[in-house]
Amino acid sequence: MTMMTGAEIVIRCLQEEKVEYVFGYPGGSVLHIYDALFKQDQIKHVLVRHEQAAVHAADGLARSSNKVGVALVTSGPGATNAVTGIATAYMDSVPLVVISGQVPNAYIGQDAFQECDTVGITRPCVKHNFLVSDVHQLALTFKKAFYIAHSGRPGPVVIDIPKDVTAAKCKFEYPETIQMRSYNPVIKGHLGQIKKAVHLLLEAKRPMIYTGGGVILANGSEQLTRLVRRLGFPITNTLMGLGAYPGTDPQFLGMPGMHGTVEANLAMQHCDVLLAIGARFDDRVIGNPENFSSLPRKIIHVDIDPSSISKRVKVDVPIVGNVPDVLEEMLRLLDAGNTGPDPAVLSGWWKEIDEWRAKQCMKYRMRKSVIMPQYVMEKLYEVTGGQAIVTSDVGQHQMWAAQYYKFDQPRRWLNSGGLGTMGVGLPYAMGAALQNPGMPIVCVTGEGSIQMCIQELSTAKQFRLPIKIINLNNRYLGMVRQWQEMFYGSRYSESYMDSLPDFVKLAEAYGHVGIRVDRPEDVEAALHRAFVEHKDDLVFMDFITDQKANVFPMVAAGKGLADMILTEDL
Amino acid sequence: MRHIISVLLENEAGALSRVAGLFSARAYNIETLTVAPTEDVSLSRLTIVTSGTDAVIEQITKQLNKLIDVIKVVDLSEAAHIERELMLIKVRATGKDREELKRLADIFRGHIIDVTESTYVVELTASGAKLDSFIQAIDAGLILETVRTGVCGIGRGERILKV
Repeated sequence: MTMMTGAEIVIRCLQEEKVEYVFGYPGGSVLHIYDALFKQDQIKHVLVRHEQAAVHAADGLARSSNKVGVALVTSGPGATNAVTGIATAYMDSVPLVVISGQVPNAYIGQDAFQECDTVGITRPCVKHNFLVSDVHQLALTFKKAFYIAHSGRPGPVVIDIPKDVTAAKCKFEYPETIQMRSYNPVIKGHLGQIKKAVHLLLEAKRPMIYTGGGVILANGSEQLTRLVRRLGFPITNTLMGLGAYPGTDPQFLGMPGMHGTVEANLAMQHCDVLLAIGARFDDRVIGNPENFSSLPRKIIHVDIDPSSISKRVKVDVPIVGNVPDVLEEMLRLLDAGNTGPDPAVLSGWWKEIDEWRAKQCMKYRMRKSVIMPQYVMEKLYEVTGGQAIVTSDVGQHQMWAAQYYKFDQPRRWLNSGGLGTMGVGLPYAMGAALQNPGMPIVCVTGEGSIQMCIQELSTAKQFRLPIKIINLNNRYLGMVRQWQEMFYGSRYSESYMDSLPDFVKLAEAYGHVGIRVDRPEDVEAALHRAFVEHKDDLVFMDFITDQKANVFPMVAAGKGLADMILTEDL
Repeated sequence: MRHIISVLLENEAGALSRVAGLFSARAYNIETLTVAPTEDVSLSRLTIVTSGTDAVIEQITKQLNKLIDVIKVVDLSEAAHIERELMLIKVRATGKDREELKRLADIFRGHIIDVTESTYVVELTASGAKLDSFIQAIDAGLILETVRTGVCGIGRGERILKV
């Protein structure tokens, strides 16, 4: 067996893991690794313009596929710039391996140039991290890192490698399998608990199914769809779970939560049996937990992470396990018993739901002279035939995209739900575009968010990524403005965006196509131009939208789910 | 309520800070924390004394189990167990106090392990509560220094925490 340097081992490990793209930025501590990267052509490196975007892009790649995203950054500022990306992936349980350079072993702790305690800084926002101080541990560490990142409840793993380790030599042997005595995620759910759950579901008079990002991460959409159709129950998907169940299906009630639909929120609130799957009863989803818990309903919770169960809301039937396995078992029990819910009982519940639906809470008033942001989302859905991968940043535009674009498939909607990181949209789109060539990739953003990672327009040019950027430009940090209007007496403190760049010229300066749209009648034509005429180009569409448009319905922070503020237009 | 949680974890660099960091990040309370390798040096055993409602303790054990380095977690206070803590206490021992402190150390089954003309160091091993009573039994003005290890505990009988 030939001897290899640590740097060569790093590359070989990535090859063994079938990594296609590495997003990164070189620097002193990773020069050996970049040299090894140069000498091979299996792994493609994507040079970003800021390390935060490297991690977001790897994250976008992972969300849009079932792969582990990989980022490579240097020590010190390279690693600290990556932290927001890592924390974002951690909050949404996205599998990543982030490799960071570190100063040589002998310099650690000496305040060396570009030294920081990467393992210490990232510890609270990773699933696990490693400092590899010996080249002999390198291959095993990579095997563990990839295994930990994608198994169980997925998450980011950081591997910090001192520079001398990447120069040291040893024999390379990549372990085929890995066993860790301290880490064995549960896969099969407890059969007794699953039986109890099925029994409860069949007895329910007002059942409701509520699913989150866990269903998508576990690739459980197919099983979920079969189960929901088999039962005939209403279903809601959270912001992170959109696309797990077809958004155009009549059993789908829309998104729940702070900006959820009336029908989804009231069904969550008033159901007698709630089946929660891969969801975590987040504050943005159930509102005030005391209010939510005060209503008498039985809760069944399926999740691979035991700590998600009974964390915010007491659960009656906990089922720890992998979502598709558990749902398959539920389906098997239903088939074996040849039973189903009583349609007569269900029809009464559906009648109630249809009354809530009749409120048409997503209606908004069109205006003649000003573009309504909701209208842009509706037209985007039409023009792309609902077939695009849509990424978003964070704010009002994110909510409008989630409300008005109907996702029929999983892994088509990428956004930062947990950490709420502005600036993810464009790098997510980059990762998704590389991973899904030929798919239409849309980044829905706002003039605030886009400026947080706008430097990536340069990366997108270098790699010819035909992303369509939909900038809903209202000259305000819209969600901040909305809260200030509603809860701070319209004192718009620092939420107005002054001195904005000319986005069309900016896009052109980067070598892209820029289109400004400020009249409602031009929206559709502009979208056609972008998606048809400029199919292979990055197009930056700057939609000048209504400054006062707000996201409705809204459940104010700390309120109960039934306490919804509806649009004044209704 | 007070709980004694025993954790068996990989004896890896940084394992302790993962546990300590978890407690501070999630605002869990730590009264004492002790850690040392076991007879198998690849394993460390950690004992944490904490308090919280049943829901909080349930989350603590779940969150501890979620840490990759953690192999097993047991709430010792759920069943019969023994807890011990070691204290070294340096006291001013002059005049009539010398005899009184010696007597007190004997009553508490402590040992005087360092003697000078004016000071004693008393070594005492007992439950945390018993150490507290010893401190209370001594005139506060005589206490020069105390150092406590924090609680370590073990289940009674056949209740065994092992890989």
